[in-house]
Amino acid sequence: MTYLNESILTVILLAPLAGAALIAILPDRGKLPAWIGLLTTLVTLGLTLHLPAHFVLSQHGFQFETSRLWIENPAIYYHVGVDGLSLWLVVLAGLLAPIGIVASWNAIHQRRKIFYALFLVQQTAMLGVFLSLDLMLYYGFWELSLVPMAILIAMYGRKDGSKAALKFFLFTFIPSAPLLVAILWLYANTGTFNFADLQILIASGGLPAGPLCWVAIAFLFAFAVKVPVFPLHGWLADTFSEAPVALAMVVAGKLGLYSMLRFHVGLFPVQARALAPWLVALAVIGLLYGACLALVQRDFWRLLAFAALSHLSLITLGIYGLTFTGWDGAIYQILNHGVVDGSLFLLLGILEARYGTSQIACYGGLAAKVPQTATLFVITSLAMIGLPMLNGFVGEFLILSSTFTGVNRGWAVAATVGVILGAAYMLWLVQRLFYGPQSPLAADKPASDLRLGELLILWPLVALMLGMGVAPSIWLPTIENRTGPPTLKGSITLPQPSLSLAASGEGQQ
Amino acid sequence: MNPGDMLRILPEIVLTLTGVLIMLADASLPANAPRRALGWVAALGTTLALWASLWQLSLPAGTAFYSTVETSPFTVFFHVLICGIVLVVLLLSLDSLPAESHNQGEYYALVVLGAVGMCLLTSGIELLVIFIALEISSIATYVLACYRKESGRSPEAAIKYFLLGSFATGFLLYGIALAFGATGTTQIYELSRLLPTAQNHTMVLAAMALMVVGILFKVSAAPFHVWTPDVYEGAPSPVVALMSTAPKAATFALLLRVVYEIFPTLRSSWAPLLWCVAVLSMTVGNVAALRQQNVKRMLAYSSIAHAGYLLAAFAGLGPSGIAAASFYTAAYAAMNVGIFAVVTMVGGYDDQRSMIADYRGLIYRAPLLGGLLIFFLTSLVGIPFTAGFFGKFYAFSAAVGGNAIWLALIGLLNSGLAAAYYLRLAFVTVQPAPDTESFAKVATPTVGVAVAAALLFTVGATLVLGIIPTQALQAAETGAHTLQVPANDENPAYITEGTQQPRGNRDGIE
Repeated sequence: MTYLNESILTVILLAPLAGAALIAILPDRGKLPAWIGLLTTLVTLGLTLHLPAHFVLSQHGFQFETSRLWIENPAIYYHVGVDGLSLWLVVLAGLLAPIGIVASWNAIHQRRKIFYALFLVQQTAMLGVFLSLDLMLYYGFWELSLVPMAILIAMYGRKDGSKAALKFFLFTFIPSAPLLVAILWLYANTGTFNFADLQILIASGGLPAGPLCWVAIAFLFAFAVKVPVFPLHGWLADTFSEAPVALAMVVAGKLGLYSMLRFHVGLFPVQARALAPWLVALAVIGLLYGACLALVQRDFWRLLAFAALSHLSLITLGIYGLTFTGWDGAIYQILNHGVVDGSLFLLLGILEARYGTSQIACYGGLAAKVPQTATLFVITSLAMIGLPMLNGFVGEFLILSSTFTGVNRGWAVAATVGVILGAAYMLWLVQRLFYGPQSPLAADKPASDLRLGELLILWPLVALMLGMGVAPSIWLPTIENRTGPPTLKGSITLPQPSLSLAASGEGQQ
Repeated sequence: MNPGDMLRILPEIVLTLTGVLIMLADASLPANAPRRALGWVAALGTTLALWASLWQLSLPAGTAFYSTVETSPFTVFFHVLICGIVLVVLLLSLDSLPAESHNQGEYYALVVLGAVGMCLLTSGIELLVIFIALEISSIATYVLACYRKESGRSPEAAIKYFLLGSFATGFLLYGIALAFGATGTTQIYELSRLLPTAQNHTMVLAAMALMVVGILFKVSAAPFHVWTPDVYEGAPSPVVALMSTAPKAATFALLLRVVYEIFPTLRSSWAPLLWCVAVLSMTVGNVAALRQQNVKRMLAYSSIAHAGYLLAAFAGLGPSGIAAASFYTAAYAAMNVGIFAVVTMVGGYDDQRSMIADYRGLIYRAPLLGGLLIFFLTSLVGIPFTAGFFGKFYAFSAAVGGNAIWLALIGLLNSGLAAAYYLRLAFVTVQPAPDTESFAKVATPTVGVAVAAALLFTVGATLVLGIIPTQALQAAETGAHTLQVPANDENPAYITEGTQQPRGNRDGIE
């Protein structure tokens, strides 16, 4: 078992690649690539479930670690490991992959081979981002994740794929230039890319403060574009409305938010604290702005994009409140966002496939014709707006309450207004799609309700939303067992609200 | 001179013999006989030369022919690189030159003889030998650029290339003359020993500036780049694959020698010059490439930008800069030869389909070529796990190590800009082609054995340099250390001390 524990992360990384290679070798016949893709992602999901099953709660720091020298000079290690922060994100990535495959099952008619092979490569890159503990390895996966995504958006875009793909690629690729320079600067001054070593070296204060501040900003900038944080969200709406459903589910949020927590707040706690007020303000603005724009969208993909901006801003708020409760809430909310958004994308993708349009105005009164879709959509929407007993509530509550008590009441109130606006646009969307008078399109077009395969995916997701809402205690203890920034632990005495809360959070553990 | 000296130029001898053999065979074959076999002879000779270069590693590093050439891990690194490029280009030409072309013998002979010049350029340590070597390689490339003389563009390209190229060699020669005037010698080690004590500082500065400018012309760095797009557009694609990589690698080796070995004391003068040229090259190259509609012109501007990235490595101090620059030439060669191989196959010998629009839907017509094109483009963008990434990574980390953080930042932002045009081409190849008449007529390019081998080599090299670059990097580093660079240019005493050591006794040699 120890051997398996040591190599499990490598196996998780290689499994999708092996699937991609198999798809590339075998002929492009019928649904063969899709079946291989489904099988690979299910195996990967099974492998990722090994992690929570064998995660030792009492043990601090990274687990399942593997570290091997990859390149001697500069010393780059193949160093992977998980802690409470990344553990469930890895599982989430594993979970969303088969959902993505099912969502593409009927949507991708041609060139399946390329699609599924690249989809699996993208999977490896994403898992690599969550698992890497060496900055260069991390950067490698971070960049690699862009390519399959961009090519697939260009190939399968709904209207003008290449334009959206180019926009997406440049928006995320150009900010990673300062990121790489910052990483190189860190290496030139410390001689290591190792996350844990860097954390200690930066905390010890041996590095010049001025440049370090710029390094922290470069890190933040790259991540903020990827999340996206207002006002860097220019790529989001186009990408959401062009990208195939399977990819749109994974494109926003997770990677950037995780990187913020791990590599910005985690590596540069002092600099992050200096910037935190700005980010809190931007997050709240983004939350309100996204919600307001979501209210006026005519196309449901674009509505979802601005809703995502709004929700991701809420998570950013949780992260930069710099409270332990806020971080718990943020991580929990990243998981929620993944599950809920995955389900919403799947449902809207089904609607678009059946009715051939993403214009909200064309729909209306669908509930009578496709009752199961309507039911599932309503539950998912309620989870998204944070109804108690469903998962969205737990995360939103943790973030908002920690902001209220630990950061600033004014921002907390503003954020709550944003969350209420979120309820408004979601419920209005539900009303326009499924209730009211039947639109001509809904009345004329004979469309079937959910198929068995779709139900098999959606009901478990809904069950998961309920489970995560009712029993967050299954997830939270693992999430709390993360390697926080070292300085926060040491400086409890400072009379700052966030820190006293941090101390109490520390005490509870 | 002793007989052992011959071993120090063994690769050059092998290449020369191959070239002469091909010329003689070409002349003695009947006029209408197929000459494709001569290409295989050339490939065989180049492979032998490659082996001979590797074998030279077992020689103790040292000089020959009255200290005019040397063998060291540095020269071996570039020899292997050049021979590798020439080999791939020969394989590519074997399948892409039209069978009825009766000048094939000349073509192969010129490629091989040009390689002699490039190899000698990297191993020469006497400026006059270097000058002659540069001429050998340049003249071969001028003629090769004109090879497709039935089209109007090819001679135009060749003449432009020739005029500006000879202009550049003029600069170089003038610089050599001034260096000679200041010190009374043209031997590189003597020069580096005498220059710090030379009386006429202005003359030394002028010598350095003229030599560097002459070299920058050859590597098509901005603002000396104007010939590049026209020449690349007009010359046959396999020749462009050659001349955008092999002579460039050799000339960069020369630049390394000039700035790090001859003028290390003038670092404060040449470093800002190269800084400016690097920034200008990448910016001009990338901005101009954004607007191109012709794939070969786009790649020409991209090669200007890559020369800029490479020059960024020169901001690195001592061996780290040299190693980074050497590694970049290898990484760039792998992906650039690869992409030109694809362009040759898609565009055809006579460049009938060289516009970006012609690549539309390529991946459906020819999945292999389309996939490879995207692969090489991602490498040119600099995505991790490809050669392009580590090339840039080392170049810019050398620059950051040399405290040129702005240069690294500008360079990486530029590579972000570059992604726009590389990806434009990549996305065009995945767009579904409209089923019009003109597209139906386009034949699917067939990939023969030789081209398949060439593609395999380049893909392999691009992946190996991107995933397990350790060995290549070690070779580059060993080479860099044999260039005997003072770690700190503020300390001329160290330089004199370093160069007074006998060449054979240097450490850091395998």
